[in-house]
Amino acid sequence: MTFDYDGWIILIGVLVAIACAIPGTWLVVRGMGMMGDAISHAVLPGIALGFLISGTRDGGWMFAGAAVAGIIAAVLTQVVHRWGRVERGAAMGLVFTSFFSLGLLLIVQTADTVDLDPNCVLYGAIELAPLDVVGLWGIEVPRIVIPLVIVGLINAVVVVVLYKELLISSFDPGLSASQGFNTKWIHYGVMVLTAATCVACFEAVGSIITVALLVAPPATALLLSRRMVSVMTLAVVIGSAAAVLGHFSAITVPGWFLGSGVDTSSAGMMAVLAGLLFLAGVVFAPERGIIFRRLAARKDAKRVAVEDALGLLFRLEERGVRADLHAVEGLLRSDVRIGPSQMSVVLARLRRRALAESSDGEWKLTDKGRSEAGGLVRAHRLWETYLAGRSSIPTSHLHEAAERLEHVTDQAMAEALGKEVEHAERDPHGRSIPPA
Amino acid sequence: MLATINFFDVLFLGEWNTRVVVLGAAMLGLAGGVVGTFLVLRKRALLGDTVSHAMLPGVVGAFLVMQAMGGGGKSLLGLFVGAALAGILAAWAVPALRRSTGLKDDAIMGVVLGSGFGLGIAMLGIAQGLPGGNQAGLESFIYGRTASMIQADAIAIGVTAAATLLIAIIFAKEFRLLCFDESFGRAIGRREGLLDLGLMFLAVVITVVGLQAVGLILVIALLIIPAASARFWTDSFTSMAALAGGIGAVGCWIGASISALAPKLPAGSIIVLTLALMFIVSMVCGVKRGAVRRVVRAARLKVRTGRQHLLRAAAESMELSGEDYWTFDNVLQARGWSPRNLRSIHHRAARSGEVVPIGSGRYRFSDCGYEASEQVLRNHRLWELFLIRHADIAASHVDRDADLVEHVLGADLVAELEQALERGDETPSSPHPIGHTL
Repeated sequence: MTFDYDGWIILIGVLVAIACAIPGTWLVVRGMGMMGDAISHAVLPGIALGFLISGTRDGGWMFAGAAVAGIIAAVLTQVVHRWGRVERGAAMGLVFTSFFSLGLLLIVQTADTVDLDPNCVLYGAIELAPLDVVGLWGIEVPRIVIPLVIVGLINAVVVVVLYKELLISSFDPGLSASQGFNTKWIHYGVMVLTAATCVACFEAVGSIITVALLVAPPATALLLSRRMVSVMTLAVVIGSAAAVLGHFSAITVPGWFLGSGVDTSSAGMMAVLAGLLFLAGVVFAPERGIIFRRLAARKDAKRVAVEDALGLLFRLEERGVRADLHAVEGLLRSDVRIGPSQMSVVLARLRRRALAESSDGEWKLTDKGRSEAGGLVRAHRLWETYLAGRSSIPTSHLHEAAERLEHVTDQAMAEALGKEVEHAERDPHGRSIPPA
Repeated sequence: MLATINFFDVLFLGEWNTRVVVLGAAMLGLAGGVVGTFLVLRKRALLGDTVSHAMLPGVVGAFLVMQAMGGGGKSLLGLFVGAALAGILAAWAVPALRRSTGLKDDAIMGVVLGSGFGLGIAMLGIAQGLPGGNQAGLESFIYGRTASMIQADAIAIGVTAAATLLIAIIFAKEFRLLCFDESFGRAIGRREGLLDLGLMFLAVVITVVGLQAVGLILVIALLIIPAASARFWTDSFTSMAALAGGIGAVGCWIGASISALAPKLPAGSIIVLTLALMFIVSMVCGVKRGAVRRVVRAARLKVRTGRQHLLRAAAESMELSGEDYWTFDNVLQARGWSPRNLRSIHHRAARSGEVVPIGSGRYRFSDCGYEASEQVLRNHRLWELFLIRHADIAASHVDRDADLVEHVLGADLVAELEQALERGDETPSSPHPIGHTL
């Protein structure tokens, strides 16, 4: 059985996404998202030295050199950060640019003896990967698949074994230390996993694309869920989707503009797709997405406006003032600050929910409306009474504070408030507090 | 021999051809150092990295657009404009995405950097398939190629860098406020978001003009390394900025000179490695925060506290025993010091004439030693009494707390303590049983 060319590229992309998703998730929740970028630059001298020593492009030397360089860079960053008291971001930037320079220099210096292109490290050669095959149990598979599978398996095993430690040290370093886990070693462990993953992925997709697949899918997943197991799972799914869609768009998208037959870097498009999926998450994610939050905010604003209108009618009735249709609209505009576009919506909702009705040119609360409005006004005045006694808010400003709080006060809280103010019957302004 | 002559020729601008290029690079280093000072102090170092990576699609996009308009796509100015637009977009996107997602900065930066660069690579793949795409030297923006800079480029770089430097100096006060006291700045009406954007704009300009010299991966080094190095030498903001500018200029000068001699070597790498060397020297030797300085200071503090611990432990041991000498073993039990450590402290005190060994592990004070020990003991007990009375610390716990502070008590503070406690200048007795303190 053999996959054809595109199938292998997609499979390699998916394997990269899977291998990256696990360490990437932990990097992102630990606030080390840029560490992938730093490590991916820093491994260059290790790779160059690996070539220098072995003189070939394959074999363990390159892998070992890269891993060692990545770890040294991680330790050096820590040293510069701790000893030099340089801010972590600056320390990272400092170390990785120096390492990358060194690597570039080594590669150029040895260009005569070793055939190595820094571009290879930077943006990989996924298009060539399916051509470089090895036999495995009688099947020809691309050589690059083997390290990707191994790294993916190692990542999975480490996460299963050390899940609790990772979780605690990421979210509560204090507790982690008190439980006897060595936070420092866990930190370096994450680094080593990241370095190994990056190195395995470089040959396939290049270093900077690895950064995208390391960070973007977990960041997208965090927009969808906050449970670490599902975040990791989602990151795998999202990363794989980016790999698949990325390859297809690399083949097809350039053709839309330049005629058929033109294609571009699959690795680059995979990174672009990872970014686009993140943007889609930012816009469409339930709960945390922009659209959802806008809608929720709008719904909330409408509810508050309706409640305010209800409160106004209650207060007018309380004072025995006739709730003239025009006068009410004027008051809603000036006191409650309901905009012209919202006005009809709010009034219509009052009618539709049978909270108030208009007849003979005036508004009248229904029984249902009166009891609901009573609850609101009660909450408002309870808050005023409570704040007058317990806070240093001057009496003239109590209204504003209570105005905000009344909309988030439920039955139980109103009861508790009532108890707190010893069932006072009048608020600080001398108005009676409606009974529950 | 020939090479040496060449080197000095280049370094000291003897050769007209390289003079402009080297000066342009030095100007870039100077401006980068100053702008970088703000960036590092504002903790935005990696944002600069994100911005520079995200410039690749801008460069390639500008090339494609110019190609489509029939301009040939080689205009440097056009490429710079594309890079700057992409950079500003990235600098704006990071805080915008942070606000709308609630994710941490580093994650957002990783996403923007990775997918931005990926987009650049994908576009580069298309551009290189076009006629003329390979000759445009677009890839030189990734690694930089100072050697291939022509005079006009170098002059353009120098002038732009100088202009950036001027803007940075004019707005230095505002940016400084942004770095050190954001909320005060807000209170006096400085627009934090606008200033941040302005700072990022300066960084973008430096990055754009640095693209050709060092390439987009390494350009961030021009901003970070000089500023981080300068921090080791001074605590003053102005001298830090000036020093960072100087370090950047010298680093770029030397780096550009070397790469002018060896055009095969990647210029960006040489410049960055020169800067890295200057950072290492600064980190080790810097007079304010350098490693040597800190090690010396820590060692001195250790010697001073060791002496004071000995003086007090010996005095208390004598107070307990009523003798006019103390034994090594008694004092050894007074605190958690190792025998070796205690022995060396005794030696040092004997050398300075404060302690006189009288044989068989016994020691006594000389006159000056006695006086010194009285003073140390007094400071300790005054501080203990002060803590008990004014800080509500229990008598049984006060020894430890006093121990931490007594070494830094100055004469003024002691006088103030005496006043606060209404004590004369006699040594108060210990408020807790002395001897074994845990």
